[in-house]
Amino acid sequence: MLCQECQQKQATLHFTKIINGEKTEFHICETCAKEKGEYIPGSNSFSIHQLLSGLLDVEQSISPSSEGIIQPKKQLTCKNCGMTYQQFAEIGRFGCSKCYEEFNVKLDPIFKRIHSGNATHAGKIPKRKGKDLHIHKEIDHLKQEMQHYISKEEFEQAAEIRDKIRSLEKSLNSKEEE
Amino acid sequence: MSLQKFISEAISPWMKNEGPDTDIVLSSRVRLARNLSDTPFPIVSTKENLEENISLVDTKFANKSHRKFGQMELLKMDDMKKNEKRVLVEKHLISPNLSDESKAGAVLLSEDESLSIMINEEDHFRIQVLLSGFQLKDGLIFANEIDDWMEDKVDFAFEEKRGYLTSCPTNVGTGLRASVMMHLPALVITRQMNRILPAINQLGLVVRGIYGEGSEALGNLFQISNQMTLGKSEEDIVEDLRSVVTQLIQQERAARESLLQQSKLQMEDRVYRSYGILSYSRTIESKEATQRLSDVRLGIDMGLIDDVSGNILNELMILTQPGFLQQYAGEILSTEQRDQRRATLIRERLKLENKN
Repeated sequence: MLCQECQQKQATLHFTKIINGEKTEFHICETCAKEKGEYIPGSNSFSIHQLLSGLLDVEQSISPSSEGIIQPKKQLTCKNCGMTYQQFAEIGRFGCSKCYEEFNVKLDPIFKRIHSGNATHAGKIPKRKGKDLHIHKEIDHLKQEMQHYISKEEFEQAAEIRDKIRSLEKSLNSKEEE
Repeated sequence: MSLQKFISEAISPWMKNEGPDTDIVLSSRVRLARNLSDTPFPIVSTKENLEENISLVDTKFANKSHRKFGQMELLKMDDMKKNEKRVLVEKHLISPNLSDESKAGAVLLSEDESLSIMINEEDHFRIQVLLSGFQLKDGLIFANEIDDWMEDKVDFAFEEKRGYLTSCPTNVGTGLRASVMMHLPALVITRQMNRILPAINQLGLVVRGIYGEGSEALGNLFQISNQMTLGKSEEDIVEDLRSVVTQLIQQERAARESLLQQSKLQMEDRVYRSYGILSYSRTIESKEATQRLSDVRLGIDMGLIDDVSGNILNELMILTQPGFLQQYAGEILSTEQRDQRRATLIRERLKLENKN
């Protein structure tokens, strides 16, 4: 079936529009759909990024009166790639890894909304680059274990763990000095 | 080229392996989004920067042999013809985005095509492992191996608090998207899918038809994937998806069983009508082909049709897409020509089946 708009490409989007009880069927190709700006669920014409930018652009939607007024407040800008927070909010994507630091103050609520209330990573740590992180986590874990033994008054085991923690901390310190 | 040869070359080697539960789960996919720590993300990067990224991959990873995936080949989008790229999209080895939008896109492919690493898509790297059947756990293990293999040589953008940093905030953390492609005709026929879909969504999973959203998925094929990437471990994300998929498999099997018991004649009629149309039609649109293939596949899985092999759906679903039809024909085809070619290809493929 040919696209009913351009009569050239194959119609790939088929949908039914009902306005005031009047039913109209559409068979159009993707290019024409984008041009027409029809909202079609599942097609790329309304992308996840557009949806996201609605989420990200919190400030503007709260204070519509600020439109047209020169804002004295300084824009958050990423020093590494030059992206401003406003641009990020519009396109829904970060420009570089440093944007995460630069925009950090605003990110918690955004991540929580996207990731069911989570804003902190709980998964894999890169093996090579994250070696020190592994040690930090190991130390945290050992400290908890030590507290556990102390509360049970098993001081010998606690002392053993304390020594392990010390040697791990030492290895971290010596690395930093290198 | 003979049809047999074309098929054997067109189908990715990984697809020929029988995986667990292949009667319902056609394929499992795991992808990890990764970025270099210092270079800007592709969306704001210059073409030069992106080309540097490609040559980095070229020197460090291309033509290197990985102990599991073997030799890897680097393909640059700029060097490929439009239809060649389209075929890779139809094989799910690259995204439409990489094929059409990237300023300097490339893909690193393993020989059996179960591993593809997209370069300069939305993120610098997208590691993707595709396996046949229900093999999400293995998919994650293999993807992790490739991740470690790469991380050994390049610095990935990672922060303790946010995890792996990605261009889109929906991927941050693990950068993991795990998905399965499921064939659920009995749940659709018995109208249970409309009830199940909202429940799945509530569990933080996304269900899509392979051609976009909507419950009435074409060919009764549904893609189910995780939504959340931050705050859960990779293993938990995969496990949560796995447990939902396991339940769906059980429900689908139960629905097939009850269809067989309560309306065997109607089912037989339905699948054989579709078998007849596929065997004899002279022109067929992709939408109808997909639906008929789904019927025939269901007939095979329910034991109603026994002279056709089961993987015919997976195979023909891929082969009857426009890019493949054009590749087989060796020329660009109009819609009418494609419908005609599609019907011919399906007829010939079914004839091959009856000879064997």
